[in-house]
Amino acid sequence: MNALLPAESTRRTINGGRSLPWETASRFAVPGPAAPPARRRNLRFDGYEAGGFYDEMFAGNGEPRAAARRLLDGLRALPEGEILNRQQAAEQELLQMGITFNVYGRQDGVEKIFPFDIVPRIVGAAEWRRIERGLKQRVQALNLFIDDVYHGQKILQDGVIPREIVCSAKSFRPQCAGWHPPRGLWCHVTGTDLVRHADGQIYVLEDNLRCPSGVSYVLENRRVMKSLFPKIFAHSPVRPVAGYPAHLRNLLEHLAGDGVAEPRVVLLTPGLHNSAYFEHSFLAQQMGIELVEGRDLIVQDGVVRMRTTDGFERVDVIYRRIDDDFLDPKCFRADSLLGVPGLMAACQAGNVALANAPGCGVADDKVIYAYVPRMIQYYLGEDILLPNVPTRICAEPSDLRYVLEHLDELVVKAANESGGYGMLVGPHSTRRQRAEFAEKIQANPRNYIAQPTLAISRVPTIVGDHFEGRHVDLRPYILSGRDIQVLPGGLTRVALKKGSLVVNSSQGGGSKDTWVLADPPAAEPVRLQSEAPRTAAAEKEAVC
Amino acid sequence: MLSRVADSIYWMSRYVERAENVARFINVNLQLILDAPPGLEQQWQPLIDATGDQEDFARRYGAATQDNVLQFLTFDPQNPNSILSCLQSARENARSVREVISSAMWLQLNKFYLMVKLAAAAPMDLNLASEFYHEVILASQLFIGITDTTMSRGKGWHFAQLGRMLERADKVSRILDIKYQFLLRSRADAGTASEHIQWGAVLRSASAFEMYCKRHGRITPRQVAGFLMLDGEFPRSMLFCLRSAHASLLVVSGTAPGAGGAAPERLLGRICSDLGLITVDEIIQSGLHAYIDSFQARLNQTAQAIFERFFAFWLTPGPDANPPMPVLPAA
Repeated sequence: MNALLPAESTRRTINGGRSLPWETASRFAVPGPAAPPARRRNLRFDGYEAGGFYDEMFAGNGEPRAAARRLLDGLRALPEGEILNRQQAAEQELLQMGITFNVYGRQDGVEKIFPFDIVPRIVGAAEWRRIERGLKQRVQALNLFIDDVYHGQKILQDGVIPREIVCSAKSFRPQCAGWHPPRGLWCHVTGTDLVRHADGQIYVLEDNLRCPSGVSYVLENRRVMKSLFPKIFAHSPVRPVAGYPAHLRNLLEHLAGDGVAEPRVVLLTPGLHNSAYFEHSFLAQQMGIELVEGRDLIVQDGVVRMRTTDGFERVDVIYRRIDDDFLDPKCFRADSLLGVPGLMAACQAGNVALANAPGCGVADDKVIYAYVPRMIQYYLGEDILLPNVPTRICAEPSDLRYVLEHLDELVVKAANESGGYGMLVGPHSTRRQRAEFAEKIQANPRNYIAQPTLAISRVPTIVGDHFEGRHVDLRPYILSGRDIQVLPGGLTRVALKKGSLVVNSSQGGGSKDTWVLADPPAAEPVRLQSEAPRTAAAEKEAVC
Repeated sequence: MLSRVADSIYWMSRYVERAENVARFINVNLQLILDAPPGLEQQWQPLIDATGDQEDFARRYGAATQDNVLQFLTFDPQNPNSILSCLQSARENARSVREVISSAMWLQLNKFYLMVKLAAAAPMDLNLASEFYHEVILASQLFIGITDTTMSRGKGWHFAQLGRMLERADKVSRILDIKYQFLLRSRADAGTASEHIQWGAVLRSASAFEMYCKRHGRITPRQVAGFLMLDGEFPRSMLFCLRSAHASLLVVSGTAPGAGGAAPERLLGRICSDLGLITVDEIIQSGLHAYIDSFQARLNQTAQAIFERFFAFWLTPGPDANPPMPVLPAA
């Protein structure tokens, strides 16, 4: 051990008092902006460029959008350096709360916080109403579709969707044919990814029906934001998101059936090393239910039980965060160590309810996605409210011809890949890549769809000591139980790399809070601050 | 409560307690050196002996110098009982039961871990060492306080209490054993200021100095041993710890007070009875080292019985009740 004193320059004084190295260090340990200058300039929006993209905060003429005005006033009123201070405080809090994901392949247990930017994305009340209606319509149709696929298959018989597209979908589970899930519900929790294009229209990019994740960040980001900007919140009609766990628990209990007075609900996780483990643990805690792993459960006499210090106890409902493939080695992949042998039999015998229902993934196949507008028309007799990104289906000859002729301007996606794999981004591709892709598409047209390249919208984001626009998407969460409810908020993912359109956390993406605004009350709206504060201290007191 | 969860809570709590005890041993020794008369050799080896990791230490470090011992006991990631390793294990356990413990407990444990981890990354400044160990002790006590004020007295809390109290009793017995042997060997010091300082340090290692003085006033080896083992009121005495552990054990097993219960309750109950009825003179007459040796053996037996009764359950495969499910043909 080295008895050297740390160099004086590396020691920082906090509140005028003496500080110890481990305390000092902990203030710098947070990944985030580099060590700041002693005196921070405040961040301003002067000189902020929309860069030719749709900006969620500023209109084309540089004027703030109506929904963003209060936030901007609040941010502008903050004392010198406060925005960066609060950005750092947010990161510090996320780290201390252990809201982290594991970095695979590191021995030293390095964990990272999911990068977080404090400038929220704002959705106005009227726009949210449109989004909400569109999502409800979509989920309703998807649920009818899944039920149809595993029973009468009328939509296939009527030729609306080609039979081979459905039967060849990787997530189609023949094991579920003829099975009636509790209450006739398949997709209880849905996360639908939305993007806004340069035309200002919001499009559905994809549906996530299997185990959509990220809602814990929605709740935790909001908690952190409320603690950092209480005054701004007090004066903004931001709709709360904190009710989500209670709604989810109600929904899960609803699945147990009317005969069970106090159903035992558990959350099934793959375990500590799963990258979404924080979320599993968080949701179980917030709902007050047990977090179990496959090894905690056992199927006896067709009933699922868990191993407790008092012996085996029956489980009625499982919110599973394990994919179908790994759920039950007797029914799906035999090599799965994460699942529970016999779980599917127990489920199909009606002795336990699973959410989401096994087999529901058939509807989030990327090719089946393209048929959702037709599904809505078929089952509901309605036009789609929230449009799909216009999609060419290579399985259809005319589309195939078009795609092959326009490869240089389209984004081509493989049906069963995610995370940016199996994708061709036409405008950024080489002639050779396009030739290779053309061959792949012709060899297996069913496996491909193509979409125009979107110019997705941006939100101001802290980059070093100023704001720059960064591209975002939005994942709202939809719960379908007794009725369909959309959480007023969602996960705004942001591509932190300049120019990047990839928002995945594995590729440098982060998140932002999403503020869905309530309709203003009919009376005079509340004013944030009528009089300019005189001193920095008073200003802090007044606004933060 | 899930067996796996009970197991994790028990170990979370044991590891935090272990880290605190190691920090206290070291801090007392650091202080002791300042009071030692010139020429007296520094006593670092007994600290290694107290943790029971002599072999590993000798193999990887050799001489028990201050630097070696501090590194081994504080920051060595390969020593599973170093403060850093203990906190890593405590935190991993806590992470697997975050939904059961309170958020405040998790936050404190995570901060505690990050503090030690950051201290481990920087070269230690010996001028601040004592302060660091003090912070470790405080962080542990804050964790215990938060646990007591935010967690319902359900099974989870009792498993935490059980782990903590068994660990504390074990560590107090070890430090007493090691120091007692060492101090008896240097008989020449009997009744001197040096002996007074040394026994005072033993008491401080268990945060017992002040309470001891209130009770006995004068420091004598006999009374120090008696206080640390048999005092019914001091919260770190072996008797007190094991009585608390026994009370929690009765709750988690659902055994009525007075009933014998299963193996863990009976084993622990018997140790409590022994400690409650024996006198310190009887222990010293028959040999304090032998008594503590047998005490530790019985404590290990108890821990094993607890493992088998409550935790091993979830590691055993269950009966395979269901035939494979027939695969239905697609409609």
